Amino acid sequence: MGKGYDAGVKEYRETYWMPNYTPKDTDILACFKVTPQDGVPREEVAAAVAAESSTGTWTTVWTDLLTDLDYYKGRAYAIEDVPGDDTCFYAFIAYPIDLFEEGSVVNVLTSLVGNVFGFKALRALRLEDIRFPLAYVMTCNGPPQGIQQERDILNKYGRPLLGCTIKPKLGLSAKNYGRACYEGLRGGLDFTKDDENVNSQPFMRWRARFDFVQEAIVKAEAETGERKGHYLNVTAPTFDEMMKRAEYAKEIGTPIIMHDYLTGGLTANTGLAQWCQDNGMLLHIHRAMHAVLDRNPHHGIHFRVLTKVLRLSGGDHLHSGTVVGKLEGDRDATLGWIDIMRDSYIKEDRSRGIFFDQDWGAMPGVMPVASGGIHVWHMPALVNIFGDDSCLQFGGGTLGHPWGNAAGAAANRVAVEACVEARNQGRELEKEGKDILTSAATNSPELKIAMETWKEIKFEFDTVDKIDVAHK
Amino acid sequence: MSEMQDYNSSLGDAAQSRKYETFSYLPALSAESTRAQIQYIVDKGWNPSIEHTEPEHAISNYWYMWKLPLFGETDVDAILAELEACHKAHPENHVRLLGLDNFAQCAGTSMVIYRGKSV
Repeated sequence: MGKGYDAGVKEYRETYWMPNYTPKDTDILACFKVTPQDGVPREEVAAAVAAESSTGTWTTVWTDLLTDLDYYKGRAYAIEDVPGDDTCFYAFIAYPIDLFEEGSVVNVLTSLVGNVFGFKALRALRLEDIRFPLAYVMTCNGPPQGIQQERDILNKYGRPLLGCTIKPKLGLSAKNYGRACYEGLRGGLDFTKDDENVNSQPFMRWRARFDFVQEAIVKAEAETGERKGHYLNVTAPTFDEMMKRAEYAKEIGTPIIMHDYLTGGLTANTGLAQWCQDNGMLLHIHRAMHAVLDRNPHHGIHFRVLTKVLRLSGGDHLHSGTVVGKLEGDRDATLGWIDIMRDSYIKEDRSRGIFFDQDWGAMPGVMPVASGGIHVWHMPALVNIFGDDSCLQFGGGTLGHPWGNAAGAAANRVAVEACVEARNQGRELEKEGKDILTSAATNSPELKIAMETWKEIKFEFDTVDKIDVAHK
Repeated sequence: MSEMQDYNSSLGDAAQSRKYETFSYLPALSAESTRAQIQYIVDKGWNPSIEHTEPEHAISNYWYMWKLPLFGETDVDAILAELEACHKAHPENHVRLLGLDNFAQCAGTSMVIYRGKSV
């Protein structure tokens, strides 16, 4: 037996715990929230996570000695308490960039959230944040058009964009569906949207939907003199089928298509985003399945990670939560991942759950989409929280207007413009929202009725997944 | 609840139906609000720029530029005077004011200050 090889099970921390390691600018860094089994030391667990998410396995193997293991291994370099929760701790791990294929968020996630999440020494594991080094960002294609180019393509400046998801989600015929889109667009919306589960069902095959909706866009554009779009959902059972639908959308001259990046898969998404960039199409991204991954505070993948992954994989819009509507979303955390979508450099800020500085270089930003249970009374808060570079998406808050979609759309458009005008004048939107809307409604009967219809609706449940703060 | 109203918009009635983006769903800006909007552009550090077009060609990306963008101009009255001069020279046209953000390489905002009659 050779001198340098000693078979058997070693403690992970002998190899993978490196508290004196200084991460390199090119390392991919990860912060995990680790809930260990009782009695296992923190350093050993952190090292195990580093090993199992990079080069290691449970036992020493002789082929380790054929590699430059000290270069390739993931290194657990720090552990920290989780404020307010003694059952778990944060482990910080650095991975050398050469562990990952260039331009492949698929490959990065396969390592970082692969087998390690089923590892028995852990009761639970959550990937809180990833720092993608600029060297890796530069290998990814990113958003097909980006926020500025989208504004130039659509001629929308100085205000949030307005959308509406067509309801009922399922069951409309293609022609009736196109009618619902047309009414919303002629009333003043910039976009209407396929719901995520509208793909190509027997009651409405994709091809008929695309044709009718495109006619709705063209007519509404001629009528209003403004540019319009509808997120035609090309999410499909196979990549080839998805691309067939995307190609047809381009052929009929529609400006924007849509994909569900988690259920559809990141390989499909990255390929579609590249195609959109090559073909001058905008890409709207829905996030069905995200709450399965990101809602449990102790296990899964935080949404800020899924946000970074999407920006690298490619998309021009991404649903971000509304803070104020019917779906989960802590305000500070939401502000954090909105910055991650849009800004070119985001500083570490624990108060918003951001664990690392993130430099995107020149990669364009993704427009956050606020959607879910919002209506005109939310508009002042939404404009204040999201600012101009956002898409505010009212489904029931448009279609539920007593006079129909066009009136509902006009009400929202008047409300958003009134809020932007007031903000630019230096008024405080969340404080003066009621006055601003009431005054705008004197010139808009559509807004007045909308305000009467939705006055009492609020969604004030507590958030399940909060930023970790000390409670002692 | 008030009686249901028809949404009055059609291809045939341009004056009623054609819009021109930000603030076109509100009544024309008051003189006071116009000043405030210009001040907002100045405070953002954007360069004011004036463009105009015949209303029938409003859908085009490229309206006619009035002179060159007012690079570095921060005097609200000076910007208002240029808007008025453009309007006097082209009284039938839409006249819009943009705030050009040279860092984003994109207009930060754009609003029609003088509304021509859509046809």
